[in-house]
Amino acid sequence: MPESELESLKSRGRIVVVGASLAGLRAAETLREKGFKGTLTMIGDEPYEPYDRPPLSKQVLLGMARAEDTALPRRRDIEAEWRLGVPASGLDMAGRRVKLADGDEVPYDRLLIATGVRARPWPNEAEGELDGVFVLRTRADGAGLARRLEAGPRRVLVIGAGFTGSEIASACRERGLEVTVAERADAPLVGALGGVVGAVAAEMHREHGVDLRTGVMVTRLEGDAGGRVRAAHLSDGAVVECDVVVVCLGAQRNTEWLAGSGLGAGPRGIACDAGCRAFGITGIVTDDIYVAGDVARSPHPLFGYQFLSLEHWGNAVSQAETAAHNMLSDSAGRRPHIWVPAFWSSQFGVNIKSVGVPTMGTEIMITQGSPAERRFAGVYGYQGRIIGAVTFDNARWLDFYQRQIEATAPFPPEFSNVDRRPEGGRPVPADFPDPSVPTHGPTVTLSGYSPADRRMTFTPARN
Amino acid sequence: MLRLVVDLNRCQGYAQCAFLAPDVFAMHGDEGLLYDPQAEAAQRERVAQAAAACPVQAILVEDAEASDA
Repeated sequence: MPESELESLKSRGRIVVVGASLAGLRAAETLREKGFKGTLTMIGDEPYEPYDRPPLSKQVLLGMARAEDTALPRRRDIEAEWRLGVPASGLDMAGRRVKLADGDEVPYDRLLIATGVRARPWPNEAEGELDGVFVLRTRADGAGLARRLEAGPRRVLVIGAGFTGSEIASACRERGLEVTVAERADAPLVGALGGVVGAVAAEMHREHGVDLRTGVMVTRLEGDAGGRVRAAHLSDGAVVECDVVVVCLGAQRNTEWLAGSGLGAGPRGIACDAGCRAFGITGIVTDDIYVAGDVARSPHPLFGYQFLSLEHWGNAVSQAETAAHNMLSDSAGRRPHIWVPAFWSSQFGVNIKSVGVPTMGTEIMITQGSPAERRFAGVYGYQGRIIGAVTFDNARWLDFYQRQIEATAPFPPEFSNVDRRPEGGRPVPADFPDPSVPTHGPTVTLSGYSPADRRMTFTPARN
Repeated sequence: MLRLVVDLNRCQGYAQCAFLAPDVFAMHGDEGLLYDPQAEAAQRERVAQAAAACPVQAILVEDAEASDA
């Protein structure tokens, strides 16, 4: 019997992974684990081997670890050819080749795209280049910011109170640094968790001595004669003197290199099916191009089959494993990526965790504990079912809520006897801001049904 | 030298690691965990115990000397 295409792929095919971070690495390990013996090429724009990003806004800023020491542990040897420090610059789908910025081309039989996201830069380029203005996404960003915090700035300004901005503010206060946080919305974390939880987050900021300014925008950053940032001007007329500014305005997907390639890639990410296969702009799914991690958007059966974009550590790992499995499987052997969204954040000494898609929620009900004690669990409701949950220092309950979400359990929940507290017991509006007024982006985004959507669209579901 | 990463989606703050390898793992608040992503080789035994004792098996360790890089 002649060797099947799949068998020949496994024994001597060429698999190229573009994006050498968490998703790319875990996919490569899974490919080898599943018996892929061909050539494996890892392409990454940063000059480093895969490293872990979450410590950059926590341990690294607290001075407990160096940004340079965040290389990810390997699950196994991957015997890859590494092309680091050279970004991919184009894709020839018909010729099955990835073009690199240095002019080289890498042919593939199967391609995995895991190019992730980058920090959204400060919109005014000249102001963004002032000395002392940072974003925080890469190892180099983390090292630079940690060094500057170590030097003891007089005041740090954090622009944007999403998770990254809040974690940075928390680290600054823990180091005894003065910090001002400017947020466009009415509270921190509202984009991801809504106004009810955002109000708790705002109290945490203020209790820890953060100068939190909400409902304001930073209109201008001002430098001194030496090109160092010295002040920020706010939309309410206030001027904040600061010598470090950290811009935390969410992320942008790294899809520009695919422009004109024919893939369904745009500012919302790269559309793929539940099996991680990329869509072309024709709406036809490809056979040989897969997507995983922050750059992917894929339909999820638990959430109305809308395309979901997830900037989550756990999603990158799970989707990479599924993509790798499917790359080496025939159609009957493929499996869907049905990971339930989950994330964590550590700030002001509180462990915040979430499952499901809180941003779909129209109502929230505190089911356990008490927001006043900074220890509680809340569930989000959408059309009569539980769609998401959040815990503050109550992580051991999260699995329970995840099962409720997976079972599309009714909302308001019926387990009224789990805990009885004055704040709980009845649903209230979850109070998400109108998504047509962008603030820092939420880390879970619903992005419609069109695999070929090239625009940035917001879909206000409420308000 | 050891590389490590903790799956903090899985971590539920049982703090076994912080007892067994306190120079590498530390509780931060009641249930948050901070860890050194690159530990000294001298911590090998303790880190291995911490990884084995984790009730939710959230700790991945690699002995980087033995890897291909």
